[in-house]
Amino acid sequence: MKGETGTAQPACSASTTSRTARRGVLLGVGNILLSDEGVGVRLVERLLAGYRLPAGLQVLDGGTCAMEMLEDLEYLDLLVIADCVRSGRNPGSVVVLRDGEVPAFFRTKLSPHQVGLADVLATLQFIGRAPRQTVVVGVEPQSLATGMTLSPPVRAALTEAQDALIDALAKGGYGLEAQREAA
Amino acid sequence: MSQRIVIDPVTRIEGHLRVDVEVADGRVAKAWASGQMWRGVENILVGRDPRDAWAITQRICGVCTTVHAICSVRAVENALKLEIPLNANYIRNLIILAHAIHDHIVHFYHLSALDWVDVTSALKADPAKAAALAESLSTWSGNSRHEFAKVKERLSGFVGTGQLGIFTNCYWGHPAMKLPPEVNLIAVSHYLQALEVQRYANKIVSILGSKTPHIQNVAVGGVANPLAVDAQSVLTVERLMAVKGWIDKLEDFVKNVYLVDVAVIGAFYPEWTQIGRGIVDYIAAPDIPLDGKGETFALPGGHIANGDLGQFTEIRSFADQYLLKGVSEAVKHSWYEYKAGDDASLHPYEGETTPKYTDFQDEGKYSWLKSPTFYGKPMQVGPLARVLAMLAAGHAPTTQYATATLERVSSIAGIEVGLGAMHSTIGRHAARAVACAVQVDELARQWDLLLANMAKGDLDTFNAPSFPRGEQRGMGFHEAPRGMLSHWVVIENGRIRNYQCVVPTTWNAAPRNEKDVPGAYEACLVDTPVAVPDEPLEVLRTVHSFDPCLACAVHVLDTEQTEVVRVKAA
Repeated sequence: MKGETGTAQPACSASTTSRTARRGVLLGVGNILLSDEGVGVRLVERLLAGYRLPAGLQVLDGGTCAMEMLEDLEYLDLLVIADCVRSGRNPGSVVVLRDGEVPAFFRTKLSPHQVGLADVLATLQFIGRAPRQTVVVGVEPQSLATGMTLSPPVRAALTEAQDALIDALAKGGYGLEAQREAA
Repeated sequence: MSQRIVIDPVTRIEGHLRVDVEVADGRVAKAWASGQMWRGVENILVGRDPRDAWAITQRICGVCTTVHAICSVRAVENALKLEIPLNANYIRNLIILAHAIHDHIVHFYHLSALDWVDVTSALKADPAKAAALAESLSTWSGNSRHEFAKVKERLSGFVGTGQLGIFTNCYWGHPAMKLPPEVNLIAVSHYLQALEVQRYANKIVSILGSKTPHIQNVAVGGVANPLAVDAQSVLTVERLMAVKGWIDKLEDFVKNVYLVDVAVIGAFYPEWTQIGRGIVDYIAAPDIPLDGKGETFALPGGHIANGDLGQFTEIRSFADQYLLKGVSEAVKHSWYEYKAGDDASLHPYEGETTPKYTDFQDEGKYSWLKSPTFYGKPMQVGPLARVLAMLAAGHAPTTQYATATLERVSSIAGIEVGLGAMHSTIGRHAARAVACAVQVDELARQWDLLLANMAKGDLDTFNAPSFPRGEQRGMGFHEAPRGMLSHWVVIENGRIRNYQCVVPTTWNAAPRNEKDVPGAYEACLVDTPVAVPDEPLEVLRTVHSFDPCLACAVHVLDTEQTEVVRVKAA
C-alpha cells in the first residue's frame, strides 16, 4: 500500500493517538490468499489509489490481524470496516451494517475472521476506548478458494461497495475527493 | 464408558483447529487434532518470482505475519548462498525479537490466562490484600492498592452490563479454577496493563518494518530500510532512540510482571506440572544470527531426544545438514495424497500439496495438517523446546531465568519444583516467559550492535540477489514464537518450482503420522483430567499451552454438531 497517499502509515501515526483530535479509520480486513476473502483489503487499496483522504482519516490494511491494530482503533469517532460477509445472499451483494447491527454481525459468524476483530472491538469496549460509531460494509463472496484474484461477481460489486464506503465516510464527516488521475 | 467431546473453534482464518477427545473415567483416553482449513499457499507460489514469496507467505496467517516474511527470504538467500549486510541482519533481529515478545505477552495475558484466572472471582478480592501480596513479589509500579481498586470497580461495572465481550468464552466458576480472589484481581489488572505494554513491542515492529500489520521492509538480500545518521525520511538515530525507550518499558514488564505472574499461577496449580507431558522429543531452531551468513547465533537451538538434555544435537548454521536431511512430512491421516502412495513421507523439497478430502475418519484421514517428523519421529516445538535446547547448549541467561523461575515457584508453593516439571502444560507457560525474558535482553543487545555498527560508518542494508540459470534449493528456518518454522524453496531458472512451509503448529497439532504415531497435541492430551465433560476447560488448558494459532473463542459441539452453551456468568 502506498504510504505517501493519505495517512496509511500506522508506524508514524501510532504515537499521535489522542483522545481529543477527531479521528476516523477505514479498515480493510481479510485474507488476500483466499480469493474473495480479501475483498476488504482490495477495496481499501482501490480507495487509496483513487482518492485524496481528508485530515484525520487513516486507511488501514488490517489483513487478518487482530491485537496489532488495537492502538490504531482507540478513541475513534468513526470506524468503517470493509470485509467479506457471508449472509446467504447472492454473491456480490453489498451489505451495510450500522452501530446496533454490528455486534450481531460478529455474533452470527458471518465473516471468517470476525473473531480477531471482534476481540479487538470487545477489548476497546472494556477499556473504554471503543469507536463512537462503527459501520461495516460487507460483500458476499462467491469463492473462498486459494487464489489471489476476486471472482467475477465480487469484482463486479467493487464499485457499489466502494460507493457504500465513501457514503459511510461522508456521513461520518470524512468526505473523500477523487484524484485528478483516478487509478 | 467413554464419551466423545468435540471442540471445534470458530472459523478464524489462522489455525482452524478441531480437537476430539474420548473421555473415560474422568480422563482423556484418546485424542485427535484436526486442522480444519486447507492451506494451499504453496500452490499459489509455484511459477512466481522468488523475490515476491515473502510478501505472499506473510499473508498465510494473521498472527505470524513477520515470521513467514523472514523465513521466506532466508530460504531464498540460502538457495542463492547470498550473504546479507550486518545492518540488515540486526534490523531483522530487532523485528523478530519485538514480534516474539509481543506475541508471548498477548498469548499469556489475553489468550490463555483466562484458562486459569476466574475474572468474576476478582470481584470478591480485597485490593489492599492484593497489593500487599503483589508488592511482596515484585517491584512493578502498577501493583498499588489504588490501581487494584480501580480495576475492581471497572470490572464490576463491566460485568454488571451483561456485555461480557472478551470474557464470553471463559469458564467462570469451573471447579478447576483455583486461584484466590486476590490473585485473580492481580491477574486481571496485569491483563489490562499488558494491553498497554504490548503496543510498545508493536511500535518497534511498525517503525522498523515500515508498516504493521504486514511488514514492508524485508527483501531477498537484506532489508529496504535506508539508514541514516541524521536525514529525516529514513531510519534515523532519533527513531532508534525511541525504539530503545520502548525496549526499556518491555523489559520492566517482562521481568517484573510476566515472569512473576507465571510463577504465581504455576505455584497455585502444582498438579499441572504433572499433566500434558506427551512428546518429549524436542526441536528448536537457533536464531538471532550474529553474522550475515547465519553461521553464529545469539540463541542456540537443536534437537533433544527423549526429554534428556544430555542427548542434545546442536543445529549450527543456516546450511545445517542434520536439520536439512531430517525433516519429512506424511499424509496418511491428512487430507492430501502423494503420487508415491499415502504411506510415503516426503522431504519438503519433494513435497506435494494435492488435496484429497474425506470425512473426518478416526482411523483414516482427518486433518488438513500434514504430519511432519524428524528422522521418523514426531517432535514438540515451541518455547519449551527452545528453552530446553538453550539450557542443553549452556546458554547462560536462559539458565539464570529458568533457575530463578523454578526457585520462585518452589518458594511460593512451598514444595520443591525441579526442571522435570517443565515437561508439562504449566511448564510450557513458564518456558514461554523465560524465553521472553531472554528475548528482551537480546533485543537490547541487538539494538546496541546496530548502533555500534552504524557508528562505524557502515550504512549498508541490501545485497542485490541474482538468479542463475538452472536449479537452486534453499532451506530457511526461523525460531518463531510458536516454535521452529521452516520454508523450503526449489528455484528453477529464476522462478519458484516448489515451495513448502513446515510451520510450528503443524509440528505440534499434527495428526497421526505414517506409522500411526500421534502428534504432540494428541499425545499431550492423553490422561488430562476432565471434571465437567461439556466444559472441557482442562483440555483447552493443555491445547492453549502450546499457543496454537487460534483465539480463546472455542466452540464446544456435541457429536450431533449442536452447539453446547458453556458461558458461565456469575
